[in-house]
Amino acid sequence: MLRLPPFRYLSPRSLEEAVSMLADHGPEAMLVAGGTDVYPKMRRRQFEPKVLVGLARVGSLREVRGTPTEGVSIGAGVTLTQLTRQAEIVTGYSGVVEGAEVISTPQLRNMGTIGGNLLVDTRCTYYDQTYQWRKSIDFCMKKEGSTCWVAPGSPRCLAVTSTDLAPVMMSLGARLRFVGPEGERVLDAADLYREDGIHYHTRQPGEILAEILLPSAEGWSSTYRKLRRREAFDFPLLGVAVGLRTGAGGEIEDVRIAIGGVGSAPQLIEEATEILCGKQPSEELIEKVASMAFRSSKALDNTDLIPIYRKKMAPVFVRRALRGLLGLSP
Amino acid sequence: MILVSFEVNGTAVRVEVEPQDTLLDVLRQSLGLLGSKEGCAEGECGACTVLLDGLPVTACLVLAAKVEGCSVTTIEGVASMWKGEEGALHPVQEAFIDVGAVQCGYCIPGMIVSAVSLLERDPSPDEKTLRQALAGNFCRCTGYNKIFEAVRRAANRMGGDL
Repeated sequence: MLRLPPFRYLSPRSLEEAVSMLADHGPEAMLVAGGTDVYPKMRRRQFEPKVLVGLARVGSLREVRGTPTEGVSIGAGVTLTQLTRQAEIVTGYSGVVEGAEVISTPQLRNMGTIGGNLLVDTRCTYYDQTYQWRKSIDFCMKKEGSTCWVAPGSPRCLAVTSTDLAPVMMSLGARLRFVGPEGERVLDAADLYREDGIHYHTRQPGEILAEILLPSAEGWSSTYRKLRRREAFDFPLLGVAVGLRTGAGGEIEDVRIAIGGVGSAPQLIEEATEILCGKQPSEELIEKVASMAFRSSKALDNTDLIPIYRKKMAPVFVRRALRGLLGLSP
Repeated sequence: MILVSFEVNGTAVRVEVEPQDTLLDVLRQSLGLLGSKEGCAEGECGACTVLLDGLPVTACLVLAAKVEGCSVTTIEGVASMWKGEEGALHPVQEAFIDVGAVQCGYCIPGMIVSAVSLLERDPSPDEKTLRQALAGNFCRCTGYNKIFEAVRRAANRMGGDL
């Protein structure tokens, strides 16, 4: 059995203390919240921190404030289970509930947090393996090696984004509040991610994700569809999130479609917003937008299920999600 | 070494742990509670499921140092959660025996803890809820039908109707 290697565990009681502990230990330290991805990766020696800064005792990270009418702020340490049961979220943000309830298993949702999911490491067949397995292929670019075994000519790591909640947050226009040694900054959820399997996010090394700020849900509906082999545990092989606001006459006032699991970063299909806004929904428009999801999906052979199938399912999921929110037959 | 105080199956315990020790290591090695099993050690199989402050978690992914002040219930403490006769098993345990839901047995402590947690929260779960509640527990003998049957029977006995 793979054991956890030795490390120091620090347990700050406030965000300020956590920021200063992180600064004190620099690159040797890692943050851990639920630990459901960090600990397995430490056992496999994918992560090798000397110091862990545990966020479990930082009470402010577990708060949920606000209402669906004025907007809701969710502490980054709120567990995935709590997300699916919290009244403010259940009543206003179906996409968040649908995204959270399909992550992993009941046990892991009781530990895993929204912040951990938004920042979860990218995944790859050649990377999510034990140390000995990775050594036997002379490692890969993401950890200790120099080649990307998914596409040996690739100048960058192609590991795949595996967060279910990132596309959801992008579809809702959520903003993220980070706290670091130089103070705070707030950025759009979409700006957190980068199309690079190694440097997959723009969080600075000393920063901690403190809060997820959901805008008012007034007039909005949202949903999330996930492709995976098993109906539990599996990371997304494709995820489609849609946020939609319709007017009194049934016209689409605003819409955001985001896809995850098919590239190194989740992405907004911005053309879809341009095409649909201000229009009455029609079969033709839905098909047009669905075909854009096919073009935007960069599924590669580095996770479960064959890439062309995952790519072909992107328009199917976009169609289903849009039709579901518009109350049309599937 | 870190000194950790918490409650296991209603009894207060104090143990010395290393930062890298998991709750599962402490339960099995320091406290001699061998009911919770180590399967995958990465949270996928559910054989080490215990209740942490009433919620099912995989003990292999919980650092022992983190359970300071918490309450833990293992398979050994499940019977006393049910107010039955002295020494009696929990209705879920009884149902697993009656139905013959146990094959090799390795997954059963985790299955029962997950099932007990479900029935505490929802005494009459529908089929989908039942299957989702046990979705984090693997049975590599693939004896799922008997396991689901046992949980349905336990729900009936406990007063729910399923």
